[in-house]
Amino acid sequence: MTLKTEDVKNIAHLARLEISDDDVDQYAADLSNILDLVEQMNQVDTDGVQPMAHPLDAKQRLRDDEISEQDQRDKFQAIAPDVENGLYRVPKVIE
Amino acid sequence: MDRIDNHTTVKQLQLGLAQGDFSSVELTREYLDRIQQLNPRINAFITVTEDQALAQAEDADNLIARGDGQAMTGIPLAHKDIFCTDGITTTCGSHMLENFQAPYSATVIEKFNAQHAVMLGKTNMDEFAMGSSNETSYFGPVKNPWNLECVPGGSSGGSAAAVAASMTAAATGTDTGGSIRQPAALSGITGLKPTYGLVSRYGMIAFASSLDQAGPMARSAQDCALLLQAMAGFDRRDSTSLQRDVPDYEATLEQDLAGLRIGLPAEFFAEGLNPAVAKAVDEAIEQYKKLGATIKDISLPNSKFAVPTYYVVATAECSSNLSRFDGVRFGHRCDEPKDLEDLYKRSRGEGFGAEVKRRILTGTYALSAGYYDAFYLKGQKLRRLISQDFAQAFEQVDVIAGPTAPDVAFKIGDKSDDPVSMYLQDIFTISVNLAGLPGMSIPAGFVDGKPVGLQLIGNYFDEARLLNVAHQLQLNSDWHLQSPEVI
Repeated sequence: MTLKTEDVKNIAHLARLEISDDDVDQYAADLSNILDLVEQMNQVDTDGVQPMAHPLDAKQRLRDDEISEQDQRDKFQAIAPDVENGLYRVPKVIE
Repeated sequence: MDRIDNHTTVKQLQLGLAQGDFSSVELTREYLDRIQQLNPRINAFITVTEDQALAQAEDADNLIARGDGQAMTGIPLAHKDIFCTDGITTTCGSHMLENFQAPYSATVIEKFNAQHAVMLGKTNMDEFAMGSSNETSYFGPVKNPWNLECVPGGSSGGSAAAVAASMTAAATGTDTGGSIRQPAALSGITGLKPTYGLVSRYGMIAFASSLDQAGPMARSAQDCALLLQAMAGFDRRDSTSLQRDVPDYEATLEQDLAGLRIGLPAEFFAEGLNPAVAKAVDEAIEQYKKLGATIKDISLPNSKFAVPTYYVVATAECSSNLSRFDGVRFGHRCDEPKDLEDLYKRSRGEGFGAEVKRRILTGTYALSAGYYDAFYLKGQKLRRLISQDFAQAFEQVDVIAGPTAPDVAFKIGDKSDDPVSMYLQDIFTISVNLAGLPGMSIPAGFVDGKPVGLQLIGNYFDEARLLNVAHQLQLNSDWHLQSPEVI
């Protein structure tokens, strides 16, 4: 499978990942090789096979809907790049 | 006076501390000295927590003096820098988290803290645990103590090298596709990846959540048993943690192996395996025969699809997990973002290295509209087939054995330009993660002065048996007692 430069740029946009123009061709080549490896899966007939999400097919545990965590906003925000008045600051989203 | 030498075990330290032969402070100082002496050459540690370590050691000595010591009290350990440690930097080997101080500790760390173990520092690793050579770390490659031109394996390469060079008594690691077992093999130590769900993943920075497991890396199977005892157990904060009683892993180490059935999968001794590694593995198997085991040839026909399956499942989960690094709440943020999209893209573009980007891109592609069925769903179906192969094998045998890695440690730089050849390093370990089974790597000889690892794979929750089987070989061989000359 061969990915083109445009494909890589599109995937990078979906992943919100900046890739410099100089590197795009290398990523296209590397990803194409990885996808060639992955395509070996198609040699196996998996019709009727149940997909496996958990090795022991365990189900998600449920708990009562009760507050179990304490408010630690100050501690969590101490490691944020930019906060003000207990809020996370980002560039203006709505004009 | 040297209290530790090149093959001091946790077990010996436990006894020495209990008998008052030395204090935890003395031990800790000695390990810190060795780290100071060796780390510039080996680069096994990203952070050394000298002050905290000495304070913990002092507390431990007080507890031991009062008779309140537990199994791990006062034992110096190193933790892979993927485990969150409250107030101490946790980098995950990435520029993205270069200055990240987690606001809480991982359950594994809490469990060691509760027993008053000593943390010497945080070990180097491939960035976000993505790599098999420790070359993708933002903090530079780790050198293999057996040959400083070679890689120690990865992604838990810092932990493996630190144990091999006796910079710590033992260490923790994590294993998503072989990241405990492969570096254990390449660095000549013993490592165990437990059954998925046995050790809590809470506070362990996620790579591929359905595959990630934490485990011990140490000088012997006995030490791995002691560490696993401290690490294992149900945790309500990990939604995939399993509710089961944890057995006494040390209690069954001495059982003899008469009647043990060991399976050798044909697929693990096929093309691509260095014949000299195969010979070393064969000699270990011969040793098991002498210990009373019977050997059976088995087949895991779908295991050859494990690497392709893994690079869909793991990359898809990584692209989802790593979306949390957005430059807003924690981690690296770019300078002067012009809008929110620019903030996301540049923060992530600057914060992640090339291998992490490759995997995020591969996973994003595999999960994108129109491709989900062909990639992720197909991968999950193959995962079922790979697991069924193991289930059938375990109807005939108790333990599966083979090489851990296809070759011994390779030179730094040899594979770093070819992602696919690097991925094939984990060809024998990945199927174990896909099935969620426990696996070990133990030293089994040398090729060209570099260690060879024997892999042992057990059925679900059969860690006690694996440790027993590994320990019995170690009672009858001295591969695990060898140590590199770097010291």
